[in-house]
Amino acid sequence: MLRRIWAITQKEFIQLFRERATLILLLVAPLLQLALFASAIHTDVKHIPMVVADQSVNQASRAYLNAFVQSDYFDIVATVASQADLVTAIDNGQASLGILIPPDFAAQVKLGQAQVLMVVDGSDSYTTNSAYNTANAISQSYAVSLIHHSVTPLTMSVRILYNPDLNQLWFIVPGLLAALVQGLTLGLTALAVVREREVGTIEALLVTPIRPVELMLGKTIPNLVIAFANTTSILAVAVFLFGVPFQGNLLLFASLAIIFAFSGLGLGLVISVASQSQMQAQQLSGMFNFVGMFLAGFLFPAYALPPVLRAIGYIFPMTYFLPIVRGIFTKGVGITAIWGQVAAACGLLVVVLFAAARLFRASLD
Amino acid sequence: MNELAISAQGLTKQFKTRGGMVTAVENLSLRVTPGETYGLIGPDGAGKSTATRVILGLLTRTAGESSILGFDSMADSYEIRERVGYIAQQNVLPADLTVMENMRFFAGVQCVSAEAQKKRIPELLAFAGLSNFTNRLAGRLSGGMKKKLALACSLIHEPQVVMLDEPTLGVDPVSRREFWSLLGDLRAEKGLTIFVCTPYMDEAERCTQIGLLYGGKLIAAGTPTQIKGLLPGHLLEFTPAQFAAAQQRITGMEGVLELQTYGEKLHVFVDDVGARKAQIEMALAAEGIAHDDLREIEVRMEEAFISLVQQQTEKVGV
Ligand SMILES: Nc1ncnc2c1ncn2[C@@H]1O[C@H](COP(=O)(O)OP(=O)(O)OP(=O)(O)O)[C@@H](O)[C@H]1O
Ligand SMILES: [Mg+2]
Repeated sequence: MLRRIWAITQKEFIQLFRERATLILLLVAPLLQLALFASAIHTDVKHIPMVVADQSVNQASRAYLNAFVQSDYFDIVATVASQADLVTAIDNGQASLGILIPPDFAAQVKLGQAQVLMVVDGSDSYTTNSAYNTANAISQSYAVSLIHHSVTPLTMSVRILYNPDLNQLWFIVPGLLAALVQGLTLGLTALAVVREREVGTIEALLVTPIRPVELMLGKTIPNLVIAFANTTSILAVAVFLFGVPFQGNLLLFASLAIIFAFSGLGLGLVISVASQSQMQAQQLSGMFNFVGMFLAGFLFPAYALPPVLRAIGYIFPMTYFLPIVRGIFTKGVGITAIWGQVAAACGLLVVVLFAAARLFRASLD
Repeated sequence: MNELAISAQGLTKQFKTRGGMVTAVENLSLRVTPGETYGLIGPDGAGKSTATRVILGLLTRTAGESSILGFDSMADSYEIRERVGYIAQQNVLPADLTVMENMRFFAGVQCVSAEAQKKRIPELLAFAGLSNFTNRLAGRLSGGMKKKLALACSLIHEPQVVMLDEPTLGVDPVSRREFWSLLGDLRAEKGLTIFVCTPYMDEAERCTQIGLLYGGKLIAAGTPTQIKGLLPGHLLEFTPAQFAAAQQRITGMEGVLELQTYGEKLHVFVDDVGARKAQIEMALAAEGIAHDDLREIEVRMEEAFISLVQQQTEKVGV
């Protein structure tokens, strides 16, 4: 058995190295993707373009607007006259936020009942949220600073674990690693069997004593090496280039990453065996990859999903690996904290490999 | 050892298709004794490939029994694969592996030991005439060389039986001849049992036993001489000037058993050469149809096959 698996593994390696350009692409593409994603993520949204309609123009209004500018979160890009002009500026995409200060602003402040109007661009939810929250906070603290002699009735002391600065990159990069590895493993094996079927080489393999499971394993092992190389390089770029701290045990992480990559490759094989053509396999693996991102909890937490979608999510290795990678990478936890996920991931690996072998046998007739 | 190399009894294979069930092989029975070269002969779509693949255990059978070297096709398919070499009709070896890598790969999956490989691979390459091409990619070989490489690969584990599905498809006549002389050597030297599917009648003549497959059914079986002996009477050949008219005139004449067209020639089976030759010549002269000499020729497999198929279709027609 081992001999036959080794023979297939060797063959796959030879074929892999014969296509030098593809091999290089396989090794480099994930790094490019990571670099691209990570640099596109703004750690914070700063310098949000703001348009101002200051109808009072006095010391009070100037002080208030100053608070915005000095926060660095907002740039005043234009000053207009009316509320309608504010909306126009947002319509044009000139600004994401508009602030209207009424003529009697100073007087109302003295009376303790001043109101300003904030107009927010709702078409880009991420910026909107950020702009709205920040603007609100600035206004609040400005308001508080006006009350000289009052004692703040409540102060909150917050301690954010693992990522005290709420650095977005720290949060996203471990998840991104999982997403990238899932995507590339699916892609690596999705064509493995269906290509042999389309080219016709499968018949020559079938009539040898190779068992379906052996074929699946032999096809997986070389790809596992590639996937592992990818995982390592992604990790290295994340830590050394983007400065995301790796908190946990590297060895534990490496062994679990192998299980993760293995199950991703197995899922790719299932796709490959079930597909009628390479085209179909490519489409399917693309779809799985995309759906997996949503259902595995990368973009939204998995607990927020409707039950049916959560159930579908369980076929994706990333569903189990995401808590593992975040646990080890960001929180630095050990196996005890994640053993449930690890057991589930191992279970999935076995299921996926046998499903591939089973489907393969069934697809022959 | 009195065991049969290959046997099938009442073997039937049906495919489910959108249009319903297709019976590709129907009630096929055959026996191949060790050392024989058995030819399964039939036109395109006759069911040759399907029969071969069912016997090999690559397809499930719908009904019947089949075995190779006493191993059941379904239950013992891995035992079979360790002892049988097979070249599929669309046999494609990995094109991006060299000749040597291909040999090593198949040796590996057949668990041939390293020492045995060292001895056998050069032997087989020399046998197949590929010794000078060990580093050439399989995809860059000529059609005939590809077939020879496939044969060499299928022999790496020293099988007792090889099953070849149209092994000379798309190969030039010279290479075909070479390929068959390789098969002849194998039979002579190793006593290998060879099972070959082919639509070519000249290849059928090279077999020790043949089965004629038509529409999924075996319509005749025996040695080439026996098959040709199934035909009644003698065969006259000639080329008429007006083909259709001659055909019409001769059909149904007394003593004419069967009429076959062969290019621009007519092949007439008659019960008695002496009497019928004169009769036909007279009839053609009466119609004013010019023709070359009527000559008696030996029945070849081709005529025998066409005749047997015609009989078969007439039977079905009734
Ligand atoms: N997988 C399949 N599904 C449905 N029908 C099939 C399948 N394989 C073969 N057939 C049908 O079975 C019949 C026999 O096919 P088969 O390939 O065995 O013939 P063959 O004698 O090998 O012909 P050829 O010389 O063209 O290779 C054909 O009518 C074919 O259409
Ligand atoms: Mg065929």
